[in-house]
Amino acid sequence: MTTPLDPSEAGVIASPDQSDADPSTLLGLHEMELNFGPQHPSTHGVLRIVLKVDGEKIVSARPDIGYLHRGTEKLFETETYPMIVPHTDRMDYVAAATNNHAFCLTIEKLLGVEIPKRVQYIRVLLDEMQRLSSHLLWLATSAIDLGAMTPFFYTFREREVILDLFEEFCGARLTLNCMKIGGVYGELTPGFTQRVRDFAEPFNQRLDEYENLLTDNRIWKKRTIGIGILTVEQCIEWGVTGPPLRGAGMAWDIRRAIPYECYPELQFDIPIGRNADTYDRYLVRMAEMHQSRSIVLQCLDWLDKNPTGEIRGKVPRVIKPPAGEAYACVESPKGEIGFYLVSSGGNKPYRLHVRPPSFINLQALPEMVKGLLVSDLVAVIGTIDIVLGEVDR
Amino acid sequence: MELSDGFINYVLIPAAKAFIFINIMAVMAGVLTLFERRILAFMQVRKGPNRVGFEGSLQWIADTIKLMFKEDIVPTKAEKLVHFLAPVLVVVPALTVFCVIPWGPEFTVRLPLLGRITTGGYATDLNVGLLFVLAVTSIGIYGIILGGWASNSKYALLGGLRSAAQLISYEVPMGFAVVSVILMSSSLSLVEIIEAQRRFGMWFIFPGLLAFFLYFLSGVAETNRIPFDLPEAESELVAGFHTEYSGVKWSFFFLGEYANMVTISAIATTLFLGGWLRPFPSVQALSFLDIVPGAAWFLLKISVFMFVYIWFRATFPRYRFDQLMALGWKTLIPLSMGNLVLVAIAALGGRRGLNTLGTILWTLFGVSMILTLRARSSRRSLAARTPIVNAVPGVLEVSR
Amino acid sequence: MAEETPPAGPVNPPAPEAPKPAAAPAPAKLKGPVPVDASGKPLVANLANAVPGAILSAHEFVGETTVDVALDKIVDVCRYLKDTESFTYLVDLTAVDWKERKPRFDVVFWLHSFKRNNERLRLKVKVEENASCPTVSTVWKTANWMEREVFDLFGITFAGHPDLRRILTWDGFNGHPLRKDFPIQGIDTGAAIYPDRYPEGGGPAPDDPNRKVVS
Repeated sequence: MTTPLDPSEAGVIASPDQSDADPSTLLGLHEMELNFGPQHPSTHGVLRIVLKVDGEKIVSARPDIGYLHRGTEKLFETETYPMIVPHTDRMDYVAAATNNHAFCLTIEKLLGVEIPKRVQYIRVLLDEMQRLSSHLLWLATSAIDLGAMTPFFYTFREREVILDLFEEFCGARLTLNCMKIGGVYGELTPGFTQRVRDFAEPFNQRLDEYENLLTDNRIWKKRTIGIGILTVEQCIEWGVTGPPLRGAGMAWDIRRAIPYECYPELQFDIPIGRNADTYDRYLVRMAEMHQSRSIVLQCLDWLDKNPTGEIRGKVPRVIKPPAGEAYACVESPKGEIGFYLVSSGGNKPYRLHVRPPSFINLQALPEMVKGLLVSDLVAVIGTIDIVLGEVDR
Repeated sequence: MELSDGFINYVLIPAAKAFIFINIMAVMAGVLTLFERRILAFMQVRKGPNRVGFEGSLQWIADTIKLMFKEDIVPTKAEKLVHFLAPVLVVVPALTVFCVIPWGPEFTVRLPLLGRITTGGYATDLNVGLLFVLAVTSIGIYGIILGGWASNSKYALLGGLRSAAQLISYEVPMGFAVVSVILMSSSLSLVEIIEAQRRFGMWFIFPGLLAFFLYFLSGVAETNRIPFDLPEAESELVAGFHTEYSGVKWSFFFLGEYANMVTISAIATTLFLGGWLRPFPSVQALSFLDIVPGAAWFLLKISVFMFVYIWFRATFPRYRFDQLMALGWKTLIPLSMGNLVLVAIAALGGRRGLNTLGTILWTLFGVSMILTLRARSSRRSLAARTPIVNAVPGVLEVSR
Repeated sequence: MAEETPPAGPVNPPAPEAPKPAAAPAPAKLKGPVPVDASGKPLVANLANAVPGAILSAHEFVGETTVDVALDKIVDVCRYLKDTESFTYLVDLTAVDWKERKPRFDVVFWLHSFKRNNERLRLKVKVEENASCPTVSTVWKTANWMEREVFDLFGITFAGHPDLRRILTWDGFNGHPLRKDFPIQGIDTGAAIYPDRYPEGGGPAPDDPNRKVVS
């Protein structure tokens, strides 16, 4: 975080002491400094962006983060491994299952435990439901940022069902804590698969409803096509993963590239865009929801065929991974989320570092918004799909 | 005591009518907020306010009372006087305009003490009524700009600037659309315009289809409603020009906005939908419809516009500022000028000319609607479902 | 901002655990995966040839290759890996504090290559407490914020970084939270650091020209 701005500056239109060696100041023109956030309706939390605007055109944007910093990585070092799982929920709090999953995978990699098939399918089921709920939230918020109000309520209708299903499975709606090291929280409740199926089967019609509102909407297209372009090269340079990378046209998805759990057994396509703009990222996420739905249905089919089985691998009672280090990652709705674990052989991690996709994707924001208008900044923040809990940890 | 005729006709009745109309307007703005919230809720699969009174019917009163008692915050570095004046500047013109809106034809009532009184269903019938409306509503813009400036907040300033640019741009096509109606009616008086529509036996929407669309679109832009609500775009500028307002002052901005919506709808009704006239005023077979009072027709037509306003809000995303400007200057203004020329030529031919123009416009409109709908239905497949390219197995290209 | 002032407030060092540097081979009696020497791998051999003297050791552990790199060669190594070996994507950059070790810190780079069938490679450099690590933000732009985060939380400076400011904590923050000697319950900040400047109970300092007295 930077030095807090002089309080007077927040209210004054153009501070007279802006004596940069910029030709515009010689003409008596001032670039206005605009504090976008931390209290702002469309920064999705407590993100602050210090904008230099020329009229409404963005000259430079400087994201300023840390308002939600809770020292999660420090906390990790003081807790035993099973106690860490709930902490991971609170990073990307709209996609808790994938956080849990990445953390559990890391420990399991170091422990070298075999994960039962059934656990793998339940985990993937939860992951994909989480992806659906996260993408629905993304669609809701990014649409409302562009002034389209109605998709918000439509998506929340569906998200509510997913959250109810999560609640049924693990008792929590948002901070799931649904995975244990070596297993999952518990057995599926009776009839759970049927209820998920009841939700997922008609879900593609719901998606069509959203698309009817937005995809061919002329204003939506005007607001998103060609906005916030981040090409594949730029994405890689900035470490941007997830839908922005795929929207730029690179079919890279950890589920396929570095397969984990039972993903190799599942049929799904990686949606990619071509134009690397906000509209393509929108299309990619919409298509990803279709794919996630299909994965959910495949998992349900498998789980219906195998209604019983172990829900936890052979994990020691006290989890003490051998000394060493490991990194494991999963494809979260935002991109690659990974955990880097340094173990000293104790029951607490010596160091546990998170590779947060939101944090790293957000870094590309100034690159994306340069020369756009303030209105486009809102669209771009929406399209990166950040969660400040994960950015600041 | 005997009241003189002059006192009755020039003081008492106008004062009473002004009182009634101002209250009608204030109540309409209030009820409109309730309708908006309920209709939006209906469109967005939720309930909306349904606690205060029967199904939330008193919600708007509760809101008003709440706003009255809220703390009035004035930013420390604000321009205090202007900050105070701005909401007044918004709300006074919005109320003033109401005195020329014709709600119904002349009628006669028998009142105790005053006897038989024949008066119009309008506060006054100015012979420059239309000009008066355009002039007075434009004053409200000063309130928005000054409010944005006086708040000494960057967001408010941006909102005010946007508002200024937007209103200037959209006043022009609106003016041209109105002028085309004046060409048809040969009068600036709103009552006279309705009478002209009765004389012609058709609403002016028939020859003035294009003018109607232009007028209503510009009207939506002028009232800062979605998809043109840039001055207060809540996701960009927090609340735009009224970011730093609260309490009664804020409610004045709010009242002004909704009153302006009513005004725009009322003027659109008057100019294009025949005001208090029933549908097809020249068709005798429909004369049983005359049983419905003119004011009810008027209210019904206004409600349709209100519904469309709310419908827009539920459907559209917001335009970007430069796109809004481009739409105004590059599309609407040339269109409205072209329309003006067309109407002027048609008006030379009198009733026949206008009929011809109307027929041509409506035919074109119908054909384009059919083509659009057919194009839409042939594109049933949505982008994310059906890829265009599926070259690599396992990879979907969704981009178009 | 960058100088090492001991944290004010109650310092309560955490119970010292016996850290074992991961780079050192784990004792054989421990069950589980064992690090294997990986200096024979073609990639590591190529790297050793291209940047002589850069590689101190290399090992493979749970399928992850880790290469210890000399501190002054890290930029060359990274540039070589990015340009020649197509490790174009820097997944992660972080640090580990080995409090009792000399040099104290490990800075860890986690590289990914799309072209080499999603191969990943970990680089490590050892950094002394008051020394600085050369920045790799000139190699990958994404390293910019990652290095800022490491600087913020560990106090490791990155020489040549374009914008080395704190990122997660605030600018006046005193201390580096992820160091092992930073107390878990935190330190008093603000008023405790500048008691003469800040009024009791918070708020802007009295000598702040923009301080307003609300009557």
